[in-house]
Amino acid sequence: MEASRVIHAIYTDDDVLMSAVKKVKAEKHHIEEIYTPFPVHGLDKAMGLAPTRIAITSFMYGCVGLTVAIVMMNFIMIKDWPQDIGGKPSFSYIENMPAFVPIMFELTVFFAAHLMVITFYLRSRMWPFKKAENPDPRTTDDHFLMEIAVHDNEDSLEALLKETGAVEINIIDKEDAH
Amino acid sequence: MEYKISNRLKIGAIILIILGALGVGFGFWDSHQYTEDNITEYLANEEHHGEGHAEEMQGESHTEENHGEEHGETAVHMDESHGDDAHANNSEHEAEEHEMSHEEHVLHQLHNRPYAALYVAAFFFFMIALGVLAFYAIQYASQAGWSPVLFRVMEGITSYVLPGGIIVLLIAFFADSHLFVWMDPDVVAHDELIQGKSGWLNKTGFMIRGAIFLAGWVLYRQFSRKFSLAQDTADDNRNFKKNFRISAGFLVFYIYTESMMSWDWIMSVDPHWFSTLFGWYVFASMFVSGITVIAMITIYLKSKGLLEFVNDSHIHDLAKFMFGISIFWTYLWFSQFMLIWYSNIPEEVTYFVTRIEDYKLPFFGMVAMNFIFPLLLLMNSDYKRIPWFVVMAGIVILGGHYLDIFNMIMPATVGDRWFIGIPEIGSILLFGGLFLLIVFWSLGKHPLLAKRNPLVEESKNFHY
Repeated sequence: MEASRVIHAIYTDDDVLMSAVKKVKAEKHHIEEIYTPFPVHGLDKAMGLAPTRIAITSFMYGCVGLTVAIVMMNFIMIKDWPQDIGGKPSFSYIENMPAFVPIMFELTVFFAAHLMVITFYLRSRMWPFKKAENPDPRTTDDHFLMEIAVHDNEDSLEALLKETGAVEINIIDKEDAH
Repeated sequence: MEYKISNRLKIGAIILIILGALGVGFGFWDSHQYTEDNITEYLANEEHHGEGHAEEMQGESHTEENHGEEHGETAVHMDESHGDDAHANNSEHEAEEHEMSHEEHVLHQLHNRPYAALYVAAFFFFMIALGVLAFYAIQYASQAGWSPVLFRVMEGITSYVLPGGIIVLLIAFFADSHLFVWMDPDVVAHDELIQGKSGWLNKTGFMIRGAIFLAGWVLYRQFSRKFSLAQDTADDNRNFKKNFRISAGFLVFYIYTESMMSWDWIMSVDPHWFSTLFGWYVFASMFVSGITVIAMITIYLKSKGLLEFVNDSHIHDLAKFMFGISIFWTYLWFSQFMLIWYSNIPEEVTYFVTRIEDYKLPFFGMVAMNFIFPLLLLMNSDYKRIPWFVVMAGIVILGGHYLDIFNMIMPATVGDRWFIGIPEIGSILLFGGLFLLIVFWSLGKHPLLAKRNPLVEESKNFHY
C-alpha cells in the first residue's frame, strides 16, 4: 500500500492560522484537517466545511425532552397518583400546567444538552480509552496544526506555508490512513 | 458618514405628531361626552352591564366601608363560576355595594382612558431610550470590543431620555388620580393600606423622586456623550477612561433607580398590589425594546449607505441580544405569574385574575409576540443576519412590549373598558413622531463613527 504523504504546518496563534487557512484555500490546496487546542470561531467556514447539523439535532432532542416532561408529569401528577398541591385539586393537566413549566423547561434543556454531547462524540468517533488521533500533543496545549496532503509539490507548499507564518513545517509519511 | 435628518423623515414625523395630537385631543373630547347626567343612559344602552363585569375597583368604591379590609381592591366581582374559593364570599358583598357606585365608577373609567392611553405610549417610548442608555453604559463598563461602531446610534436614541422623561412626569403630574388613585386624598382617607404606604406614596415624594431619577440618568447621558465626542479629537484615551468610570457608576445608580421608578411610575397604579421582581421585569421590557430599536435604526442607516463599517456580525449580535433578552423577559414574566398563581393569595392574585378575565387577548397575545415569535423567528443563526428579518421580528417585539406596558397600566385605570382605539393609537403616533424627530435630529449632529475610540478598530473588524 502506498504511504500517503502529508505536510504538517504548526502555528502558534489562531489569527495567524485563520489568515493562513484563507491563503492556502485561495491557492486551491486541500486541507485535510486542522488540530487546535480550542474552538476557533469561523474556522469551519474558512476551511469550506459543510455547515454543522448539530443545531438541528439539538432542536429535535429539545422537542423530545419537552414531550417526555409533558407525558411524565401528566402520568405522575394527574393519572397515576392525583395529588392536591397548593389547594388546586382540579386533577386537570391544563389547569395545573404553570406548575409543570419549570420541569418542561429543565427536561428540554437536559435532553438537548446531553443528547447533543453524545451525538457529537458518536459522530466524531470518540469513546473512552480510544487512542488519541492528534499527530502532535502540542495541539492540546498552545499550538495549531494544519495537515495538507502532498502530491509531489512539497517545495511550493513549504514555501507557501512559510510565508503564511508557520513556525514549523514537517513532512510526514502516513503508514496507513485508517 | 455624516447624516442629516432628511426632509421626508422630518415631515413624516411632524405629520405623525399632528395626527397623534388630533387623536389624543379627540380622546379627551370624546371621554368628556359622558357626564354624571348621561352616564345612566349610556349604561342602559350597553348590552350587558352589571352582573357579568369583572372590574378592578378604583377610587370611589374604596369609600365604601367594607373596603377598608385587607383586600379592599379585590374588587373583582366575577361570576361565581370563575371565582375561586378565596373570592367567593367577597364577591357577594361587593356585588351589592358595587351597584350603588357603579355609574360613577364607569364614568371614572371612561374619563381615565385618554390619560392612561397617553401615559402608556409616553412611557413606552421613554423606556426605549432608557433601555438603550443602560445598554450603552454596559458596553463602556465592560469595554466591549464589538459595539463601538454603534455608539453614535445609541447616543442618538438616548437623546430622548430627557424629553421623554419630562413628558412622563408631566403626564403623571396632570393626570393625578386619573392614573394614580393614591393621589386622591379622598381615597386615602378611607383606605388603611394606602395610609400605611403614604410615607412613600405621596405626590410630592413622587415628583421629587422622579426628578432625582431623571436628573441622574440625564447627567450620565450628557457627560458620556461629551466624553465620547471629545474622544474623537483627543490624542490620548483620557476621555475613554472617564467614560468607563462614569458608566460603571451609572449602572449602580441605574439599577436602584430603575427599580424604584418602576414601583413609582407603574406598580403604584395598583397601590395594594406588589411584586418583588417588578423592577427586573420592567427592566427586561425596556432592555429588549431598546436593543430592538438600536438594531432597527442601524439597519435603516446602513440601508442609506451611511454605516459602511457596520457588518453582518454586528446585526447578528444585536439580533442575538433581541432573542436572548426576549427569553429573559419571558422568564421574569413567568416567574412573577407562577409564584402568584401558585400561592393564590387574594390580594396578590387579583392582579392576574383581572388580566386573565378582562385582558385575555392582550395578556396572552403579548406572550406570543414577546416570546414565541422571537423564539421561532430568531432561533436560526442565519436569519439573524438578514436585515428585513430582524426588522420584522423587531416590529413584533416592539408591539408586544407596548402591549406589556398597556397591560400594566390599563387594568387599574380603565378596568374592562379598554380598547386600542383612537386615543391609544393617537398617543402612539404622537410620541412615536416625537421620538423619531428627536432621535434622528440628534443623530445628524455628529459623525456616525466614534473614530478615536480605542476599541473602534476591533469593532470595525468584528467577526463573530
